[in-house]
Amino acid sequence: MSTIFDQSTPGRLGCVPPEPAKAPASYIPSEFLRETPAEMPEVSELDVVRHFTRLSRQNFSVDSNFYPLGSCTMKYNPRFTEQAAAMEGFTSLHPVLPQLRGAGRLCQGALEVMYNLEQLLCEITGMAGFTLHPMAGAHGELTGAMLIAAYHKDKGNKKTKVLCPDSAHGTNPASATIAGFEVVNLPSRDGIVDPEVLEAALDDDVAAMMMTVPNTLGLFETHLPRITAMLHERDALLYYDGANLNAILGKMRVGDAGFDVVHLNLHKTFATPHGMGGPGSGPVGVSERLLDYLPISRVVQLKDGQFYLDYDYPKSIGYVAPFYGNFGVALKAYAYILRLGREGLTRVSEHAVLAANYLRKRLENHLEIPYNRTCLHEFVASAVRQAEKGVRALDIAKALLDKGHYAPTIYFPLIVKEAIMVEPTETESLATLDAFVDDLLEILARVDSDPDSVTAAPVTTPVGRLDETRAARAMELTCDL
Amino acid sequence: MIPENLLYSASHEWLSLEDGVGTVGITHFAQEQLGDLTFVELPEIGRTVEAGEEIGALESVKAASEIYAPIAGEVVEVNPELENAPELVNEDPYGKGWMFKIKASAEPEELMDAAAYAERIAEEAH
Repeated sequence: MSTIFDQSTPGRLGCVPPEPAKAPASYIPSEFLRETPAEMPEVSELDVVRHFTRLSRQNFSVDSNFYPLGSCTMKYNPRFTEQAAAMEGFTSLHPVLPQLRGAGRLCQGALEVMYNLEQLLCEITGMAGFTLHPMAGAHGELTGAMLIAAYHKDKGNKKTKVLCPDSAHGTNPASATIAGFEVVNLPSRDGIVDPEVLEAALDDDVAAMMMTVPNTLGLFETHLPRITAMLHERDALLYYDGANLNAILGKMRVGDAGFDVVHLNLHKTFATPHGMGGPGSGPVGVSERLLDYLPISRVVQLKDGQFYLDYDYPKSIGYVAPFYGNFGVALKAYAYILRLGREGLTRVSEHAVLAANYLRKRLENHLEIPYNRTCLHEFVASAVRQAEKGVRALDIAKALLDKGHYAPTIYFPLIVKEAIMVEPTETESLATLDAFVDDLLEILARVDSDPDSVTAAPVTTPVGRLDETRAARAMELTCDL
Repeated sequence: MIPENLLYSASHEWLSLEDGVGTVGITHFAQEQLGDLTFVELPEIGRTVEAGEEIGALESVKAASEIYAPIAGEVVEVNPELENAPELVNEDPYGKGWMFKIKASAEPEELMDAAAYAERIAEEAH
């Protein structure tokens, strides 16, 4: 792959920069003046256009292909939300405005968006209050863990432990650890949290349990009512990792199920671009008894309808982000929720679950599916049978790239060997799902007939099989410029 | 690939006990499950641990996981080679891939012999 510098031809010009009106030496301090000319590629405009168009074609995105990357919810991000986020009334606002005396009236629209989005998220999840500040999912988890710590500290509880089921997202134990808790791993039974296993691990030192629902196996936690009661009996709180909310939208409300804290991934559930690209947003919702601890500032509506930022919450955990989080992402999510409405959001989860179960049923005779029952928005298959023949989950994933699909998540969750985790999302057509299965079945057939062709994949991508071991062992973090 | 003369933990560490000092590593089965190791985090010398306590960490191309002390005692030596050559664990898990030595402060408990461990991993494979 050649760089734009490789294409440089001495003397070739794409544009002629204007002559500076004043000599640079007359106004730039001498120590900042360069002594040698800057190295610039000498290329024509057409060279530039072709170079970057070629690069863009080597990019893989959900705008061009199917992207069933389990746990990541790589669904289509509708374009109307970009239009909302590009409106000049929002893009030209300075975030410090609402903090200046008298200037709050100049940004009522933006404050109203934040206020209304918080109200909508409360309605969708059944929580009592929300903060939009956390800037990613794991940031939301950390904020949630800090809220839990603040609650127990305020009540004088000496609780040090957080329970994390082995079917939860891997960021959960990391977030609890960063917040200062000791993490206790809770083994799942038959793919979900079992009250008996919980009973054995539960004592008065437990501050909270962090659950991912549906969990990383794509399974719903059917013992929730008992689990909630068991924790609350000991004044332990229940945390809901809402990264998989697109599986339950309109079907179940987290707050109604007894959860005390939830974080949402607006960039996943509410369809804003993410993954090697767009920024995230991880709002955190709380039950009534945690309202006092939410981060500041909070958006409040006065009786005359005006919105303003309130900082007067003495028990608040304080600031968790500059200004108000990723406002642009919140704005897109707000547009998405308004556009889809109650019925639309409910259909999101119905289609996400239908698509996942359709793929699961079509694949169940070809791949091992360790917990083969009705799943929610994703499921985990296993390539153990293929691995015995020398073709691993990694090889199958690479072979899918040659077929033009993004690969499913592999080797996660850790509780399934040779895991292949598939999340089709709700935005794919039946034709796309069928094409994916047909291509996967063709690859699986080659495990017997021509295994070398699978282990040699990919051969059609811009770069072939990467040496992941060497990349991790012999990392080079510097380059000569 | 399960040496007869070692003791094994349910979390796939092996222990070789000689004159009250136990050498610890992970089993062939464990390294195979993890895949190519990229990083081994070992305990500090002088640390005292309980049996079953988390004592180090492993990172591979597939996963990250913990190392648990199979026996109580004090860490007296760690394998300095592993910092720059984690692949030794893959290549020679029972030999050059050893991880640390513990001066035992108690008798080993709840560890398996080779036959029991073989049975255990046969179960786990299904």
